Order: sequence, then C-alpha cells, then structure tokens
Amino acid sequence: MRASLRILPLIVLALLSVQGSRARAQDWVRTGTNLGNQRIRLAAADFKPVGGDPQMPVLKGVFDTTLFNDLSNAGLFDMVSKSLAPQAMPGSPQELVPAQWSAAPASAAMLALGALAVNNGRLTVYGWLMDVSTANSPPVLTRQYNEAASEDMARTVAHRFADDIISRLGGGIAGICETKIYFVSNRTGSKEIWVMDYDGANQHAVTHLGTVSISPRVSPDGSRIAFSSLNDSGWAIRMFSLDLGRTVSFPAGSAGGSNLSPAWSADGMKLAFSSARSGHPEIWAVDAGGGMLHQVTSFGSDVSPAWNPRTGAQLAFVSGRTGEPQIYVMDQDGSNVQRMTDSGYAISPSWSSTGMLAFSWNRKYGPGDPGGQDIYVMDIASKQWQQDTHEAGNNDFPSWSPDGRQIVFQRQINHRTQIWTMLGDGTNQHQLTFNGDNSMPNWSWK
Amino acid sequence: MKTQNYLLQTGILLVALVTVVGCKHKKPLPPAETAPAAAAPAAEPTAELTATPTVISAGDQVELSWRTTNATSVSIDGVGDVPSAGVKTVKPTESTTYHLVARGEGGSADATARVTVNAPIAVQTPSTQMSPEEEFKANVQDIFFDYDNYDIRTDAQSTLAKDADYLVKHPEIKIVIGGYCDERGSDEYNLVLGQNRAQAAKTALVAAGVAADRMRVISYGKEKPFCTESNEECWQLNRRDGFAMDR
Repeated sequence: MRASLRILPLIVLALLSVQGSRARAQDWVRTGTNLGNQRIRLAAADFKPVGGDPQMPVLKGVFDTTLFNDLSNAGLFDMVSKSLAPQAMPGSPQELVPAQWSAAPASAAMLALGALAVNNGRLTVYGWLMDVSTANSPPVLTRQYNEAASEDMARTVAHRFADDIISRLGGGIAGICETKIYFVSNRTGSKEIWVMDYDGANQHAVTHLGTVSISPRVSPDGSRIAFSSLNDSGWAIRMFSLDLGRTVSFPAGSAGGSNLSPAWSADGMKLAFSSARSGHPEIWAVDAGGGMLHQVTSFGSDVSPAWNPRTGAQLAFVSGRTGEPQIYVMDQDGSNVQRMTDSGYAISPSWSSTGMLAFSWNRKYGPGDPGGQDIYVMDIASKQWQQDTHEAGNNDFPSWSPDGRQIVFQRQINHRTQIWTMLGDGTNQHQLTFNGDNSMPNWSWK
Repeated sequence: MKTQNYLLQTGILLVALVTVVGCKHKKPLPPAETAPAAAAPAAEPTAELTATPTVISAGDQVELSWRTTNATSVSIDGVGDVPSAGVKTVKPTESTTYHLVARGEGGSADATARVTVNAPIAVQTPSTQMSPEEEFKANVQDIFFDYDNYDIRTDAQSTLAKDADYLVKHPEIKIVIGGYCDERGSDEYNLVLGQNRAQAAKTALVAAGVAADRMRVISYGKEKPFCTESNEECWQLNRRDGFAMDR
C-alpha cells in the first residue's frame, strides 16, 4: 500500500506527459455526464435465500442478475466480477467477513449484500451496503422491500435497491433503473410505438394504429407520449395517454401535413415540433393543451427540435437552410440562432439534464464518401465535442437518460436497426433489442 | 381483367408497329431491282405490285395495282390469275403479303406488297379503353431528384411540363404529390426533404397553370421505399415525387 502511494505521483506524471490531452478530453466528458473520474470498486454478493418456497430459485436468480447488471450499467462502479467474488453469501452484516471481500482478488471497497424471503406469496428483501475497506464500519445503507412474489417484482425490487445504492454513492443523483425507453418497432408489421424497461426487459407495444407511427417523446410526468403518425392527409402530431391507454385529441398537431418530431419542454407545459403548414418545414411551438400555437423559425427545412432541460429557454434543432442538415441552437422565441456544427451531416439533437448536447453526425458526408454516422457529445458553451461511437454501423437518435449519465441510440448494421445504450462517454455499449427493426428511442424523464 | 385487356391491346399495337416499320424498309427495294431488269434485252419478265394504303383497319379496302412486262401468265396468290396489268380492290381481314408472279419466255419475276391490318379497337380508341387511373399513370409521370436535393432537374422539368399539360386538360382531377427519399440519412430529416421535394413539384405545377387547391402534398421520406436495395440505381428510384389521383 505504501509502495503504491509513493509511486502513484510518478505514474500520474507519466500518464499526463504521454497522453495529457486525451486524458483531459475524457475528464471533460466524464465530468459533464455525471460519471465522475474515480470509479468505486463495488461487489454485489448473491443474496441469501431464506425458507424453502418453490418460487425462490427463480426469484433469487432474477434478483441477483438484475442487481448486478443495474450496478454495472450505472457507469459509476468498478464492479467485482462474479468469478472473482468470494463464494460467501452473507445474509446480513453479522454474517459478513469484510476481509474476504476487501482482499485480492475481489479487492472491493464496497459490498451490496442481503437476503430474500418468500412467504405466502410475498417477497421480502433485506439489503445492505457495507464499506468493507474499513473494519467495523456501520452499514452505509439499510433497506427492506416487501412486494408480491413475482419475477416482475423481483426485478423491480432489485432496480430499487440498485437505485438506492447509486443515489448514495453517486452524489445524490436519482438512479434510472426504473425508467422506461419508448421506441419505434415494426414487429407487428407496421411501425408502432413500443416501450421497454431501461435494460431492455418487458418490451411491448403501446400503439396499435396500423399506419406508420414514429418519433415518440414521452412527457416529463410520464403520462403522455407525443409522436408523429401518417394518415390520409399526411403527418400529424398525435398524443397517446398512458393513463387512459388510448390516443387523445390534439388538433393543433394536424394542420397542413408534415407535422413531425415533437419535443416536450422540461416543465411539460410546451411542445415544439416541425410543421410545413406554412408551406415550408419550420419549428412551431404550442402549449401542451393545444393553445398558443406559434411559428418559431422561418428559414425552412427545420426539424427535430429539443428543449434544453437545464435552462428551459433554449431549443436545439436541425436545419438544412444552408444545404446539408446541421445542428443549431436558439432561444425559444427564435432569436439568437447559432450554428453548432460546421460541416458534414448533423442530426437528432438531445440535451442532457446537465446541458450536454448529444447528436448524430457524419463529419465527412457526401456522395462517394462513406463516412460514419456516429453519436457525438458537445458542450455548447465551448463547442468542444467528443465522438462516442466509432466504426460500428450508422448511429442515430441519441436520447439521454434522466441522470445525464447514459445515452440510448439506434444503430443500423447490415440493414437491421436495433437499440443500444452506452455511457455518456461512449463506453459500456450494449444492445437492448433483437427482434424486428427498432429505432428512435426516447428515454423517459424519471 | 382490365389490365389483361390493356396488355393485349398493347401487344397488338406493338406487332402492328413492328410490321409497319418492316414494310417501310422493304418497299423501295423491288423498283430498284426491276428497273435495270426492264432494260435487259433478253426479254425477261418484269413485275411491279403496289398496295394502297399499306396500313388499314379490318374491313377497310385496299387497292392493289400491278404492271408486268414480257409476261405470258400473271397470278397473285390468294387472288388467282390476273391480266398483265390491272387494278383490283381487296378487303384483307388480317395482315397479308400479296405475292405476284409473272412468267414469260425469258423466265419469271415476282413482286410483293404487304398490307398491315390493325385491330380496329387498338387504332380507333386506345385511350378510352384505359381506366381513368391507367390513363393518369400513363400521362402523369414521376420525377426524380439528385442526392440530398430538392431542385427540379432538367429532365424532371420536361416530365413536369407533360404532367402539367395533362392536368390542365383534365381540370376535374385532383392529385396527391408524394415526396420520397432514399434510405440514407436520418428518418426525420428525410421527411423534411420529402416535403420539400413534393412542394417543389407543386410550385412548378402551379406555375404551369394547375390550380393549387387541386394538389395535396405528403412527404413519405424513406418510410415507403419503392425499391429496397442498397445501390445507386435503387436510391435514384426512391429519390422521387410520385403523383396519384386524390379521391
């Protein structure tokens, strides 16, 4: 330990001199995406089964897997892989031998542990988070959950415990394990709006309209989905009430054909969208109730608006006003228009809660130039950007998780489009959908 | 069934066209051959045969006229023996090649005349047999665009001019202009591009005299591709404005 402390400054110096600029770039994006620069070494013990209920093996399997995956997905932890973890299954802090976990090869600083009991159709989970690097320290977190004994609830309880750990160790920012991702799937034969859990579980259709429905954007309170749907007179913004389980009227979104790409303001009071009702595709805005409809831009070929949730007063959007589409930012009244990308083909902006802009960009776009369409993250104040995806298909439609740490996006490889997630810095990429074609993901706000 | 009729008629028309063209090539040949032969001292027979007109509809009359020299017997296949020169009216019901043979002491000569008989329906009323939809499709054709662009190209301008002609002559027809894009680029931005393409055609048609309220514009972006392969040929087919009758 002392030896390593003494050589640490040397290692840091060496790293800085060799790849100083790269290290700084990564610091910048990790800080901007709430990921921090130091990952905590965390282990998750398999939970101890209590009682001999026949449901136990299945529920325990779901719980253990979900908890481990949730903590891995968070991007905050250097997880101790199951193969390096001790065989011990401490059901409570009393049964814990911290040294087993803090010693190599696990070398954990923190440990999640606990027990599951199934009694009379109820699932009870006791969970603790322990600091195993310090002897005899009190639990960092003590939790108890009681739900119906089902696989769904075992998964839900694991999500809640993971979120509690992530919030405690991740600077108080709420976890995202119970969030949803809305998306477009053609699995029923037509493009419909679908939803899944943030980790790809529970995929099911929301709309059954039998036409082409695209660009879902869920409201900040999670009660409605605005989307764009093709009918006999063109594209209309439609509204699906998740409370009522059906589409509800939204006449402001149907005039003049080509009403596209709705976007909610963070307070849920306003919608921006692209409409060609004036003859040219422009950004329009309207109250969520349908009143105060007004045109915001007037240069043509404008689409894909996104409200900055941090300021609530700015919109990013895509415009082809100078040729190939580029990302622009403006105040919500249409003033102060600034172009953010200087070349190529830039589309699909999405703001994080911390004000970072993600978008899809082909920096070397043009006939005969098969440049990659990749996800980028940009700090709009400095226009500093980082490329998150590299040489893997065509990537589009990034959407930030509410904690600003993760990005869900679509990736097309060999004509199949699927939904993937990754951390805001481009690491930890994994695929969420596998059946049919799935696109245009939109991460719920909570 | 209608489509089958249409195909049949088109087939007959095609056959007719081919035979007419074939006839035009052959016709000048016999005089060129016979002219020097007539001047020959060996008293070899010569023959000329003409049909007027060479293209008719079934039931119409054709006048055959012929002239021979140095012939002792002259016959026309299907007509029989005829004088050494003469005129005869015939009513062929199908396309026929009349063959004249002139025999004399110096040998024999022959001449042919081809008469093409068109099926009456194909010639008289080709358009009224098409459904309004088919006629619309035959007269109002799609236009195509360059990559990531909604400018009306030169080739599209001439197509649009013909489209406009037909639409101006048929003021009762309302249309939907669909704007389409190839598979490349973003779904949402391609819907804007499709909108701009359809709007560009509408603007051009309005300028050519088609009332704006007869036309609706719908962008299909890359949602309804005409062709699904990933090559330039296919992409070009998808970068288009499609015209359809509006109901």
